Amino acid sequence: MESLKTTGAPSLKELHNSPGFPTEEDIHKGPIAIIECIEEIPCNPCEASCPQGAIKIGKQITNLPKMDFEKCIACGMCIAACPGLAIYIKDYNYSENMVLLSFPYEYYPLPEVGTRVEAVTRHGKYVCEAKVIRVRNPKSNDRTAIITIEYPKEYFEEVVNIKRITVS
Amino acid sequence: MYETELAIVGAGPAGLSAAIEARKAGVEVLLIDENSRPGGQLFKQIHKFFGSRDHKAGIRGMNIASTLLEESEELGIETWLKGEVCGIEEGRNLWVVRDRKCSELVKAKKIILATGATENAVAFKGWELPGVMGAGAAQTMINVNRVLPGKKVVMLGSGNVGVIVAYQLLQAGAEVVAILEAAPKLGGYGVHTAKVARAGVPLYVSHTIKTAFGKDHVEAVEIVELDSSFKQIPGTERILEVDTVCLATGLTPLTELAWLAGCKFNYVHALGGHLPIHDDKMRSTQPDIFLAGDISGIEEASTAMEEGRLAGINVATELGYISEEEARARSNEIWDSLNSLRSGYFGERRRTSKDSMLQKGKEVIKWNH
Repeated sequence: MESLKTTGAPSLKELHNSPGFPTEEDIHKGPIAIIECIEEIPCNPCEASCPQGAIKIGKQITNLPKMDFEKCIACGMCIAACPGLAIYIKDYNYSENMVLLSFPYEYYPLPEVGTRVEAVTRHGKYVCEAKVIRVRNPKSNDRTAIITIEYPKEYFEEVVNIKRITVS
Repeated sequence: MYETELAIVGAGPAGLSAAIEARKAGVEVLLIDENSRPGGQLFKQIHKFFGSRDHKAGIRGMNIASTLLEESEELGIETWLKGEVCGIEEGRNLWVVRDRKCSELVKAKKIILATGATENAVAFKGWELPGVMGAGAAQTMINVNRVLPGKKVVMLGSGNVGVIVAYQLLQAGAEVVAILEAAPKLGGYGVHTAKVARAGVPLYVSHTIKTAFGKDHVEAVEIVELDSSFKQIPGTERILEVDTVCLATGLTPLTELAWLAGCKFNYVHALGGHLPIHDDKMRSTQPDIFLAGDISGIEEASTAMEEGRLAGINVATELGYISEEEARARSNEIWDSLNSLRSGYFGERRRTSKDSMLQKGKEVIKWNH
């Protein structure tokens, strides 16, 4: 069976069983941060990064991060704070046909705003074309840029990143 | 002859942390490292570290190194670079070869060994071809010397070293053709494997390298599937075109000086093999020799820094710079942090292994109480 420990990427089943992943209902509320952290590792910077107190880990730093989607305002502070690059923001209600994804990206060159990029799955498989809406790389992120793309709503769940832009 | 209160061998995360704690307490410290730059492996760790936010989590390893170096410079810690410690006598005297030119005797009241570890190799047919290298070596090439060792890489080993270096090879512009893992489950943190997976790198469990081919450098490897008892399954061979093979197949502690000094050893498989016995003060079976970092068991920089602090504080206490009471309070705090770093799915085995080491230390190290 496909799982994090056999393929390298978490399966949807594993994600749905983790406390940082939203339900169908959470998704329809508006833009939210989604945490794909399903293994107990000693790590807790996301908890303190959240100005809303929406992410809880607690005293035992190997606890999984628990997201309170009622409190999350999708500010994005947690994205670059996560050393595992395991947090992104998705907005299901962005427009009638399109959704929005903001994700961490640590490859040069960075994509340019307005250009077309290739949206990919958790296994790097091509899904669809996407358009770069925003590129943020403030000093406080310490070189973890945050890229925002829009892509068709039908691929909402499977897209998590883009194909690395390589210089020829 | 150079005389000092405390000599520390190795200026990586453990040695630097030990030096800073001891110097802050007032101890006269000499820090010796064989490299031309201190910081150990930290400068090539360009990724953000895990751990507790109270202990530098979320900061890139190279920036942690810079902070430690600044602190040690501010404290005026005497540091000998390109200093190879080649011998240890009577548990206190070090024979050091400096700048590959002259030899010097260092007389110290206390010694902390923070010598680190070395990469394990795996032998397969063709493993001696240029292009086969340790994953750590490739990491030094890309992140310290900014040289790409090759364009198409296969990584053997999916522990954190393997997946982190694979990610950094992608960042450096190489293509990672595959990551192979002999065990039926991937080893590294899931967030690390997920990073390379979504970059399109295939990860194969129950696989290893059978042969590396090439005329005067690696041009391809033949990989093979393994059964549950790690035997190669005939007929499952496949060829991958690569020019570089990285081996991320574990680390072995650098324990030569501890052997030379007559420290008693204990075999702990989960921590990297034969290790000098130590107690909860990081003291070895030699009363004046303390240990910190990978030499006391293969772990991570976060635990190495805490162990270094522990050793530094306890040495300072023995030399009369810190009261027993204060040392106990600060040590307890550090142990809380170490225990929390050694918990969860990945840490539990290290924690129980360390506990058995400490138990051994308690039995063997008599002058403690």
